[in-house]
Amino acid sequence: MPIRTAYTAKIDYLSILDEHGVLDEHLAKDTLRDEEVLELYQYMCRCRALDETAFKLQRSGRMGTYPQNKGQEAAAIGSGYAAKRGVDWLVPCYRENAALWMHGLPMHYVLLHWMGDERGNQIPEGVKMTPLCIPIGTQMLHAAGIGWAMKLRKIPSVAITYFGDGATSEGDFHEAMNFASVFQTPTVFFCQNNQWAISVPRESQMASETVAQKAIAYGMPTIQVDGNDLFAVFKASKEAIERARAGGGPSFIEAVTYRLADHTTADDARRYRDQAEVEAWQSKDPVIRLRKYLTNKGLWSDEKQSALDEAAKGMVTDVIRAAEGIAKPETTDIFDYTYASIPKELETQRRTRQTHSLGQMPEQVGLS
Amino acid sequence: MTTTATAKEPFNPKLRRRVDEATGQHLVECNLAESVTYTLAQEMDRDDRVMCLGEDVGRNGGVFRVTDGLHARFGDDRVVDSPLSESGIMGAAIGLAMGGMRPIPEIQFEGFLGPAYDQLCNHAARYRTRSRGAIPIPMVVRVPVGGGIHAPELHSDSPEAIYAHQPGLKVLMPSTPYDAKGLLAAAIEDPDPIVFFEPKRAYRLPTREWIPEERYLIPIGQAKVLNEGTDLTVVTWGATVYQALAAIDTLPDDVSIELIDLRTISPFDRDMVIQSVQKTGRCLIAHEAPKTAGFGAEISSVVQENCFLYLKAPVQRVAGFDTIMPYYKLELDYLPDSKRIAQAITQTLAY
Repeated sequence: MPIRTAYTAKIDYLSILDEHGVLDEHLAKDTLRDEEVLELYQYMCRCRALDETAFKLQRSGRMGTYPQNKGQEAAAIGSGYAAKRGVDWLVPCYRENAALWMHGLPMHYVLLHWMGDERGNQIPEGVKMTPLCIPIGTQMLHAAGIGWAMKLRKIPSVAITYFGDGATSEGDFHEAMNFASVFQTPTVFFCQNNQWAISVPRESQMASETVAQKAIAYGMPTIQVDGNDLFAVFKASKEAIERARAGGGPSFIEAVTYRLADHTTADDARRYRDQAEVEAWQSKDPVIRLRKYLTNKGLWSDEKQSALDEAAKGMVTDVIRAAEGIAKPETTDIFDYTYASIPKELETQRRTRQTHSLGQMPEQVGLS
Repeated sequence: MTTTATAKEPFNPKLRRRVDEATGQHLVECNLAESVTYTLAQEMDRDDRVMCLGEDVGRNGGVFRVTDGLHARFGDDRVVDSPLSESGIMGAAIGLAMGGMRPIPEIQFEGFLGPAYDQLCNHAARYRTRSRGAIPIPMVVRVPVGGGIHAPELHSDSPEAIYAHQPGLKVLMPSTPYDAKGLLAAAIEDPDPIVFFEPKRAYRLPTREWIPEERYLIPIGQAKVLNEGTDLTVVTWGATVYQALAAIDTLPDDVSIELIDLRTISPFDRDMVIQSVQKTGRCLIAHEAPKTAGFGAEISSVVQENCFLYLKAPVQRVAGFDTIMPYYKLELDYLPDSKRIAQAITQTLAY
């Protein structure tokens, strides 16, 4: 027979909690307990509240460009909750704040970052993550490397990295997927397919039917999930993370979601996408469906929601106060973190900038 | 982590060894390539976080054989044949460093730094600043550099100024086996990312050098006077050091040249250059890279800023031309050689 099938593949799509708040009890088995769902729902609402307020901060001139996370909270929270805090590494892009906060990044750090302050990236000791990554698709290689280091050092930690659908067009995405699979690193590639890379829709970004199928070329387990479904995201993430931890190598998850807001506060999505499309996705909002589910189960009520909204406001105020309350960094910070120890020429520049002159040291002009 | 040999076996027994009678020091005879290999083995023996990764660095021992014997000694986990993927090598090395390893990625030729530029300059160099010190990236990127070995296109360039212009990186280029050993050990110990350029043309010079077997460190940022003199200072680095030495040999006996091998391009030893030029009053800089915005321009500025009243002649540069590095039939017409350097010295002295 001259032609035989060399390879066949399929992509599974996992959905557990639909947009009406109806749960597939069979698939939901052994995923999240009621008290966990309740806790994660409230967390999701608080993250949404902070996200909405961050947008307003930019509009009122109190913060620079900010990329809203709105609509993608289930993807961040479901996956972040599946990873072990303080053990597993998060290697983010910039639209999964909720996962970072869940893993110990102080909430105001994200605001600090967007307020133009590197201290928002000063990951505290014991918190396992890299800072928000601005250049698209470059951070996945770090997750491949971190996972590799964990494997070499026999540390049972997994690196989970986040990126969007557009990032999968970058060369580094493919190099990272290849490294992770060749060296079987404990790395989970989590794609938040939110349909839009700024103004370019997924269909123009790639000719493949799904993002998930790109992982087939790298021989790793891959799945497409409803990214607005907390249960599905959690289940797929948990499986991928524990498989990696057990030595099963990398996995790929495509979370199908939607960017409900503009790309950033500097963007106006009305220029390139239909309001009808946005409205269709609004009805699939992860917060709404989770609330429906909890309400149907008798675990949630309007009163509880009001109390939560009130508490969230207070939390948001505290976070903003923390971010805005921090003193402007010292000018010398520019110099002090370029190298572990400052080279002589840089020390000269550091000192002479105080004198606003050509090469005069502070003591030469009467400054100490 | 597994190793296939015990650390006690001497590395590469084929190298000649002797004990210096005067000092009792154990010496090994190496060319520059062998010195780098020896140092890698020594550093990997003493610190099991140190690992090499790159294209063909494992079983094949590298296209220049600089990692020869390391795979047999340290195994698959620590001497890694990577996919053919420069950005992948650099980015994965960054992750390895974050994860507690001390990676030594090799980029096979300097021309292939291009695909890795984003990871090197936009991540490795910036992480310490970006994270306000929380995430250092200790790694040494080994890169064969420069022309003169009849190689194909993009195998002969000298891009050191590009990386010297990137804050957060340090850029080294030893020219001798002794310096390669001490600088590589210092680089591996350094907490910041380092580009360690190895001049290909100097890898296998006919004369080997006896160097100490015992570990020693050469401080990063410290140049070296190879030849003391009083009439003119030649500042150079890499393979051009040998062209400068040859040029000095052709000069009349009464001409006294001070030759400085920079060894570290960034941060470069300003003090040594300034002191030397203040003594000699003349300065000539020689390098393979294109003249305009080459690192010689920076040195020239520093000399002008600090030695203006001492100068007896304009600072001169002998460099590659502002052209694409030619294919190898014409590469020797491009590279600064001893003749051009000698002529520039003579002209500067006669100014």
